[in-house]
Amino acid sequence: MSDMNEKKYWAMELSKGRISRREFLGRTLALGAATAMSGMIPSLAFAEEPKKGGFFRIGMSDPSQQDTSDPATWPASFAQSVFSGSMCNNLTEISPDGSIVGDLAESFEPADNAKKWIFKIRQGVTFHNGKSLTVEDIIQSYQYHMTADSTSGARTLLQQVDTITADGPNTIVFNLKAGSADFPFLTADYHLAIMESKDGGGINWEQMVGTGAFVMENFEPGVSAKMKRNPNYHKNNKPYFDEVEFIGIADWTARLNALVTDEVDAIIDVDLRNTSLIERNSGLKLSRVPALRHWTFDMDTSVEPFNDPNVRLALKYAMDRDEIVKKVFLGEAARGNDTPVANIVPFFKDPTPQHGYDIEKAKEYLKKAGLETVTANLSCADTAFPGAMEAAALYKEQAAKAGIVINIVREAEDGYWDNVWLKKPFNASDWYGRPTCDWVFSVGYAADAAWNNTHWKNERFNELLVEARAETDQAKRAEQYAEMQQIVHDDGGVITVAFANWTYAMSSKVSTAEIGGALPCDNLRMAERWWFTS
Amino acid sequence: MQIITSTDVVTKLLAQRLALGLLSMFVVSVVIFVAVNSLPGSFAAAVLGQSATPEAVAAFNQKLGLDQPLVSRYLTWLSATVTGDFGTSFTNRPVSTMVMPRLWNSLKLAISAALIAVPLAITLGAICVRFVNRLPDRILSATTLSTISLPEFFIAYLLILVLAAKLQLLPSLSTIRGSMGFADQAIRMILPVLTLVFVTLAHMMRATRAALLNVMAQPYIEMARLKGEPETRIILRHALPNAIGSIASVVALNLAYLIAGVVVVEAVFVYPGIGDTMVSAVSNRDIPVVQACALIFSAAYILLNLVADIIAIASNPRLMHAR
Repeated sequence: MSDMNEKKYWAMELSKGRISRREFLGRTLALGAATAMSGMIPSLAFAEEPKKGGFFRIGMSDPSQQDTSDPATWPASFAQSVFSGSMCNNLTEISPDGSIVGDLAESFEPADNAKKWIFKIRQGVTFHNGKSLTVEDIIQSYQYHMTADSTSGARTLLQQVDTITADGPNTIVFNLKAGSADFPFLTADYHLAIMESKDGGGINWEQMVGTGAFVMENFEPGVSAKMKRNPNYHKNNKPYFDEVEFIGIADWTARLNALVTDEVDAIIDVDLRNTSLIERNSGLKLSRVPALRHWTFDMDTSVEPFNDPNVRLALKYAMDRDEIVKKVFLGEAARGNDTPVANIVPFFKDPTPQHGYDIEKAKEYLKKAGLETVTANLSCADTAFPGAMEAAALYKEQAAKAGIVINIVREAEDGYWDNVWLKKPFNASDWYGRPTCDWVFSVGYAADAAWNNTHWKNERFNELLVEARAETDQAKRAEQYAEMQQIVHDDGGVITVAFANWTYAMSSKVSTAEIGGALPCDNLRMAERWWFTS
Repeated sequence: MQIITSTDVVTKLLAQRLALGLLSMFVVSVVIFVAVNSLPGSFAAAVLGQSATPEAVAAFNQKLGLDQPLVSRYLTWLSATVTGDFGTSFTNRPVSTMVMPRLWNSLKLAISAALIAVPLAITLGAICVRFVNRLPDRILSATTLSTISLPEFFIAYLLILVLAAKLQLLPSLSTIRGSMGFADQAIRMILPVLTLVFVTLAHMMRATRAALLNVMAQPYIEMARLKGEPETRIILRHALPNAIGSIASVVALNLAYLIAGVVVVEAVFVYPGIGDTMVSAVSNRDIPVVQACALIFSAAYILLNLVADIIAIASNPRLMHAR
């Protein structure tokens, strides 16, 4: 490969999200010309000054007539982007590089070994109805999810909070039941949007009033949400658009049609089979953002044959992830390495060795388990994750060569998450991921996690989880999380097939800075972060 | 001797049919209620998404009364519905505010399509009969048969490709919103209406043609021909009135389809109709909304078939003066 071709190759890999930006810079610096080629990489060209104005229309994939502005719900990216990301703000937000920064909180700091978190509230912030933001609004917005009869999705999340108190007019103190160094990430959860408090407790979510970049003009559930710029927004120069409209277009062909015929300026969730068509269209561009979302085959480590770690390793080595990524995900995903931590998560460390396709190793581990062959019934359905059945079929062929018999059990699509997930001993799973190691592990890998799909109980891992949570020494935490990722990789019951990309297609007149991948839609804030070039 | 007038026949039929209709709506509501409840998953799980922890789901179910026995929930729903109250959706909105605007959207679409398709189908059917087995008949039959053989979404995509993407005459997105003016809404409805015309036209035209040909084989038509009546006049004056009954029943079926069955066309054009409401409600297990939609759909079928029967009787003196 000549220098130039190699650079082009790495640029392409980067734009498809297959390598990290850091890796890209490393590779091209090695070629001695990274600066000369920034123009070749669409997502790196963020020197441009954002312009104001215009009416931005975006085609969303998951509208529902059941959507409401109640922050206890918001199950899908439509409601999340409209209400949490555009109409409201949280105390903190996740910036595109995966770190946590203040939003309605000007600053935040831990005390008492991270058992106490002190948030300084930004002054001069007003709601869309003109009312000033007070600490009471923030406290009520949290209490709303914490009452005994709360139906909120954030209720479990907030169980670690003991009390929330105001300390003067612009300080809020969270007293936690135990130390949590990542607590500010939790306050960025989309449920925890700050809304106006009601006299006598509770919040006024029905009013559709927030402090966010856009003011709600017209909301038709399942159809569209039209919003206009908040002239008093607290972020410097933002938002750029005068108006935005989120339009629900559930059918993927209709969504692409709408973009091609200029009915919308951008769409989310592009069908992978259409990416090359979009790239060939000079009026459109494509953006791939590595996500936290990942797809796995999970083994129940408490039952035969998966209770033997050697069998688990054999199954991990029997999968050709590269082939699956290439054939099932058409190259639009990054291969997994049997941990649930994405490379944009703070303290990410890729465990070694990368679990690749190695029949000899797989056979070796089977022998260690005292087995010649093993049979595993893999419960799967198309709902499990996009391409799950195809990935399972390829895996079956690949594993057969190592003497591992995978029987694919096709489960009913409807009710998969109720009847199969967490219940069948070997099942396919779709994880949206979480922005911190602690969160990912607490939700799905701790011994007592509600969603411990692998029924995994590793003593050292669970010890470290508690230790690292309260640890404020960053170097020590990095060590602890590195060890935990290595333990999941070596001993855990998860076979991580691949990490997904968020795929956006947009008209070439839309510009973006670096797009966040922790949550869909540029961490739900595309409306305030994107702009029109012309 | 009792004299039975034509109004009596119609009244009796109306009463019978309405009673039967109510009975079938009751049965439909039971079936749907049991079916949706026996589906795995719940509204809570759907609306909480990936934050649906067991305790949040349990709290939700309790709040919605889903922890009550099935029978008592059904009876509560039924007693409210017979008083005309569709109840409250699980999202805490009145069901009527969720269903009625969508029903109105669907009716707008159905009526526009029917106003074009029905007269066109009958005219074309008559033309086919006028030139039976000759070139116009062959061409019309071949074209409409091919449009009916294509799936509706394919026709929709073809129309989008030609009229929206290539020629850029019409918008591809039919997401009409309350914030749009009448003209904008009307323009956005053209493509779905056109699709529905194509889909329903062939069926109605073929039915008209078959019914007319059936009548045209009768001896009295031959008599009319022997009298020297022109062929067109024979078709319109002598044959058509006697074929109206069977044409009406096919038209009724198609109209019911236009109201209740166009969910695919709605999805392709992103038209906010009642089909989409039902699909969304089923996938979110919003049972009160599902029930309301099911009742509306069965009412549409029952009423339209009733109208077809009345037309059939009114157009057939033998049925009007039954023995």
